[in-house]
Amino acid sequence: MNKNQTYWSENINLIIRCLSVWFIVSYGCSIIFVEYLNVIRLGGYKLGFWFAQQGSIYTFVVLIFYYVYKIDKIDQRYGASDE
Amino acid sequence: MGLQALTFFIVGFTFAIYIGIAFWARARSTDEFYVAGGDIHPIANGMATAADWMSAASFISMAGLIAFLGYGGSVFLMGWTGGYVLLALLLAPYLRKHGSFTVPQFISDRYYSKTARVVAVLCLIIASVTYVIGQMKGIGVAFSRFLEVDYDQGLMVGMVIVFIYAVMGGMKGITYTQIAQYVIMIIAYTIPAIFISFMLTGNPIPQLGLGSTIQDGTYLLDTLDQIVKDLGFKEYTTNARLSLFNMFFYTLSLMIGTAGLPHVIMRFFTVPSVKAARLSAGWALLFIALLYTTAPAVAAMARLNFMTTIDQPNQENNLAYENRPSWFRNWEKTGLLQFEDKNQDGLIQYNGNETNEMVKVDRDIMVLANPEIAGLPNWVIALVAAGGLAAALSTAAGLLLAISSAISHDLLKGVFRPNITEKDELKASRIAMAGSIAVAGYFGFNPPDFAAGTVALAFGLAASSIFPALMMGIFSKNMNKEGAIAGMLSGIGVTLLYVFQHKGVMFIQSTSFLGGMEPNWFLGIEPNAFGAIGAMVNFIVAYTVSKNNESPPEEIKDMVERIRLP
Repeated sequence: MNKNQTYWSENINLIIRCLSVWFIVSYGCSIIFVEYLNVIRLGGYKLGFWFAQQGSIYTFVVLIFYYVYKIDKIDQRYGASDE
Repeated sequence: MGLQALTFFIVGFTFAIYIGIAFWARARSTDEFYVAGGDIHPIANGMATAADWMSAASFISMAGLIAFLGYGGSVFLMGWTGGYVLLALLLAPYLRKHGSFTVPQFISDRYYSKTARVVAVLCLIIASVTYVIGQMKGIGVAFSRFLEVDYDQGLMVGMVIVFIYAVMGGMKGITYTQIAQYVIMIIAYTIPAIFISFMLTGNPIPQLGLGSTIQDGTYLLDTLDQIVKDLGFKEYTTNARLSLFNMFFYTLSLMIGTAGLPHVIMRFFTVPSVKAARLSAGWALLFIALLYTTAPAVAAMARLNFMTTIDQPNQENNLAYENRPSWFRNWEKTGLLQFEDKNQDGLIQYNGNETNEMVKVDRDIMVLANPEIAGLPNWVIALVAAGGLAAALSTAAGLLLAISSAISHDLLKGVFRPNITEKDELKASRIAMAGSIAVAGYFGFNPPDFAAGTVALAFGLAASSIFPALMMGIFSKNMNKEGAIAGMLSGIGVTLLYVFQHKGVMFIQSTSFLGGMEPNWFLGIEPNAFGAIGAMVNFIVAYTVSKNNESPPEEIKDMVERIRLP
């Protein structure tokens, strides 16, 4: 594999990891398993409800910045940054 | 100052800002007109994207919807934010690297086909026009309610304002006005929320207030659950939208649709680098999240305030109709709130059963009425009016730019007159913009009754055609034009068919040949949630067709290779 291909496969791996978290918080915690999580409380929130209306959104924001940080590191290693 | 004068003052002041910015940031080249010269700072672009994205629907309608749907309303919260993760990871950086001005231009370059470009333009125009009609209506309604002028006059003023800064400034003018509009929107949304959260829970941060206790020491959400259950409504925090299965697909449709809407994608063409495009998506979502995490608090607190006003705790009887508060009287005048004394006792019975006397409670009034219900000062109410207008104007401008650039850049320069000079193209894009405003205005004056239903179509189209075509163009080198075109057409086809068969052809009720009834829904999925299925059909058809046709030429594969690297 040449340099471009290894760069791309590292990027794909990172994307898959990030999208797994994206899927788990929104579709997993907030929809599929919501009834199980609702048994647990977070202050006045039922946990499943909290994920659906608060937690998933916070996670999305963190995820994008995490991806930007990580891909930037990869860019630097490959000398691929455009800035 | 009275409410009326204050509203005039605050709205007039914000409009002066927008027009001032328009003069300052005039577009002088096509580059500035389409992509603001490509040198917008990622944070500034993030703010502009947030204003572009958050429409009158987000600002005015969403919290009201959640207030009455409870947990089921989460589909909007997650759907309209989660799409940015897809955008940041899967589309924005690569499209920025390719360096096109418009979404159809990328599709045409990647799929080496003018047919693909025309199909993309068509999807873009249908999706954006249906969207912009809603915004125009929002502008007319907000003006007529707050300035107490005619709906038509209100709409006229709105059109003139959009015309001035969008036609003159292009993307550059729009970007800087959107930044100002974001600031006004977020202030207008959070100030009442902070007041109300503090009054109810003692915690000024609405996101925390929602999970806190109210005066009697019980948790706010538990109290709300108890009240609505006692009155025969479904429990607030667990009431799913039809089914969890339906919610899954609804959320997915909104996410994919968000990532595929051209007026949002275009915003990422305005930043200077690939890295800035990624970062900018993060900032955009952060700015959006400020409003979107406040919305559930606004929703639950508005519902609680609304219920306890009518059914006061520790009182023997319900509120007497004669003693109804002034906001109740005001909104009754609009017809959006209606009471009918069924048992003739002069008291208001509000519940989820047949004895309910609040025969109409329009969800859209919740955000606007909320400050009045909580008894906040007049300047807060005036600020909310300015915020609602900023939300509608900023989204309308972004959509109009997407439409006009598709006409001038993709149809005119791209297909019909490739030799057009830059100066003529700039002139053409301004004329196209003015034309789009006129068309949108026409629909604003004569709103087709199907406008509400078409939002499903806008998201369905973006999700089932544009998003898959873009994603496969980047992540699959072997995707060819035959596959992409077949995928787009079948994705739209399936989505259109499903929406039309349940909501009527062109939304004419009598032609809905399978009826809107739940039993006929495919796996119990409502029409609004069908975009996700359309997208899956698109991916499958595109893959199958591309396998049976020649793979794309080498130079296209090289191009894909190039856009993958920053």
